[in-house]
Amino acid sequence: MGVYEFKLPDIGEGVVEGEVVEWMVSVGDVIKEDDPILSVMTDKATVEIPSPVNGVVSKIIGEPGDILPVGEVCIEFEVDGDGNTSATPAAKEAVKVEETPKVEKATKAKPEPVAVKAAAPVSAPEPVVRAAGTKALASPAVRQRARQANIDLQLVAGSGPAGRISHADLDRHIAGGAGGATSFAPLGSSTKTKLTGTEEIKVIGLRRKIADSMMASYSSIAHFSYFEEVDITALEELRQHLNATRPDGAPKLTYLPFIMQALVKALRESPECNALYDDESNVVTRHQAIHLGIATQTDRGLYVPVVKHVEAMDIWQSAVEMVRVTSATREGKAGADELSGSTFTITSLGRLGGLGATPIINKPEVGILGVHNAKERAVVRNGQIVVRRMMNLSSSWDHRVVDGHDGATLVQRVKTYLENPATIFM
Amino acid sequence: MQTKKCQVLIIGAGPGGYVAAIRAGQLGLSTIIVEGEKAGGTCLIRGCIPSKALIHAAHRFHDLAKHAKDSGHMGISIPGPAELSMSGMVGWKDGIVDKLNKGVEHLLKSSGAELINGWAEFQDAKTVKVGSGKDAMIIEGENVILANGSVPIELPFMKFNDNVISSREALALEELPKHVVVVGGGYIGLELGITYRMLGSEVTIVEAMDSILPIFDKELRRPLELFVKKNKIKVHTGVFAKGSEDTKDGRTKLFYVDKNAKEGTKPEELIADKILVTVGRKPNTAALNPTGVALDERGFVKVNNRCETNMKGVYAIGDVCDSGEMLAHVASFQGEMVAEIISGAKRAYDPVAVPAIVFTEPEIVSVGLSPEEAKAAGHPVIVGKFPLAANGRSLTQEAEKTGGFVRVCAREDDHRILGIQAVGTHVSELVGEWTLALEMGALLEDIAGTIHAHPTMTEMTHEAVLATLGHAIHTV
Repeated sequence: MGVYEFKLPDIGEGVVEGEVVEWMVSVGDVIKEDDPILSVMTDKATVEIPSPVNGVVSKIIGEPGDILPVGEVCIEFEVDGDGNTSATPAAKEAVKVEETPKVEKATKAKPEPVAVKAAAPVSAPEPVVRAAGTKALASPAVRQRARQANIDLQLVAGSGPAGRISHADLDRHIAGGAGGATSFAPLGSSTKTKLTGTEEIKVIGLRRKIADSMMASYSSIAHFSYFEEVDITALEELRQHLNATRPDGAPKLTYLPFIMQALVKALRESPECNALYDDESNVVTRHQAIHLGIATQTDRGLYVPVVKHVEAMDIWQSAVEMVRVTSATREGKAGADELSGSTFTITSLGRLGGLGATPIINKPEVGILGVHNAKERAVVRNGQIVVRRMMNLSSSWDHRVVDGHDGATLVQRVKTYLENPATIFM
Repeated sequence: MQTKKCQVLIIGAGPGGYVAAIRAGQLGLSTIIVEGEKAGGTCLIRGCIPSKALIHAAHRFHDLAKHAKDSGHMGISIPGPAELSMSGMVGWKDGIVDKLNKGVEHLLKSSGAELINGWAEFQDAKTVKVGSGKDAMIIEGENVILANGSVPIELPFMKFNDNVISSREALALEELPKHVVVVGGGYIGLELGITYRMLGSEVTIVEAMDSILPIFDKELRRPLELFVKKNKIKVHTGVFAKGSEDTKDGRTKLFYVDKNAKEGTKPEELIADKILVTVGRKPNTAALNPTGVALDERGFVKVNNRCETNMKGVYAIGDVCDSGEMLAHVASFQGEMVAEIISGAKRAYDPVAVPAIVFTEPEIVSVGLSPEEAKAAGHPVIVGKFPLAANGRSLTQEAEKTGGFVRVCAREDDHRILGIQAVGTHVSELVGEWTLALEMGALLEDIAGTIHAHPTMTEMTHEAVLATLGHAIHTV
């Protein structure tokens, strides 16, 4: 019998570490080669790692939520034969002693995930209204934390007397909601009972990736948002016509392929908007290629698969490729390549499209376009109220490198193309 | 010529500079601090500390007289009047200054910062030359902190000389002047004027404004004005000093006119042994021209709330910069902050309130807004006061004799505390709690709900807060 040490393999280009999502095996399990043993989340995707050998699991390193560096031992097997550790047992101990702290260190580098107890509205205190025109009350320590996180305390709801802001209030604000407003004890007699239970949900895996990247974007980018409405009556006619006469095997066109193609034209005219901003070296790289990220909700959370080189596609190709990458993503089959490399992102909530939103930029991109519900609305044309099919667009821009004028110009260009759909194809 | 390089180069080892140097050293930054005089700056060498020593000694001397004269005040009597040796007193004061100066130098050394003695001559914003001849050296800093401080303002028509002196000389007189005329009734002039009065000098204060210490409101000034009057310090307000002239017998003559007097009116005269000019302080920017840092219209180095000047990597703190009051504790706070900013921390100068103390007799203390300022800022205001005369601890140390009080000002609607002021003997040590209350965003109820130790003067803070809420216990 020998010991087979398995090191976390290189799971993708440039990936240096992965977060343990789930161990499919436990110590003592008999495993065959290629049985899935571990699910690891990287910056790009979740990857299943198969067993390299037949054997019995003798040791597992890292729990769900822990970060494992690529190249570090993550599991050991007892195998027939010599295994892959030629070292004597004593020497091996020494190796282990050295390695174990590395894993711990990687784990400690991240804040304790359970600390974000955002999902506890029941116990969240109600915000207290601050006297009009007064400065936010907060201790020096709270003010310093807010400064560190680029948070304007005037915008934070305080639960203390006179609206004083506590560390807990700041936690709630950072976690995304001021909290408290939804929990009222019912007035008068009621047959309903008060609920006091809470549920702690570990923020790990994709959820934590989303949390980290959203925060990285939100805390470092000076976002500004810009909204516009688009009259898509003509576009709708064209879409209906194209769908009715579509070639065999072609998918039905939604609005998105038209928006993608309109973006291709508009981004070419506004190259500052199709760019990546490396804010550490202070370089903005404008891209000729237009790789459109399509924000996609999955059962596991938000992903952004990418339709590459939209500028080289026609409308049908755009539609086919978009359906392909988003479906693959929903089914968990998208590879790292399909989940990275975007130069601009479109976010659409589909049926939940709503009226408007303030999307968060997919860093290091410099802009994002939100697409909202299309519906018939009464609008005024030439002094008459007429019914037109209208759709709202939201956009957010990185004001550090894209000025209001530039962001607005891009949106106006998209609007002009969509309102005159023939021009998209010229 | 020797060239030294460092990450942080600090000019001036006053309370701003030396704190910046210690913090930078603690943070592992290679740090050089250049000082032309002794480490400690105006505060330690020729300001706060020496003046407080002399104030304490002067009151001791004055109090002793009571035991001799009243033969039995407090049941203590001494056989004759106490005798004063100015050189002895100044020597005692210098001992304290030396001890603190050594302490600062030791702290700098322990933190790893290097103290270089000499005047810094700027070559450009990040390079200075220190010393001359073969001892000269060039020091280059990746970051520079200007902590040059301030100097007393000299009146152009009344240059400093042996008899026309600034606060610096007033703290080192070897002989007690018979008559001191103080030009400028601000806090420095009053602190020193009262000190010399307590030591037995005749003191006259000449002030251009309509009252002494005009930065404080009338209510706060009143006990001080009474003390000044009772102790026969003469005050001429609303007059302008016009110049001085030495007399034949080695004294000096001050000329002054009423501020409304017509051109050509014959000035009034005052004969004095020393004329102490305390009309304010100005930023010490004389050496900064080669740096290219921008100054504001009053001559202060312009900085933002991170104490950054217009030159990248060049910071200015304390009296020389236009951020914050000209106070040692502001300089120290900014010094510590800038050292941390250089090390990569995200800090900013955003205090809710900066405490200010005048060490006159009685002392005057203020933090935050006065009721008048609060009203002017649009706050609905409630105010409560509590007198020293109703506080047990004050009576046991005769602090109530100067008729002081603690005053609290809060918002009427949410009860947040906006400011606390006091006037009275020994009230200066109360200010810590008040400043913390303001920084923590305390409401009246927070202080009302805090047990204050008995018997202490801090009980007055509690009572003044209760008075603001309308239910003080020990007053009606």
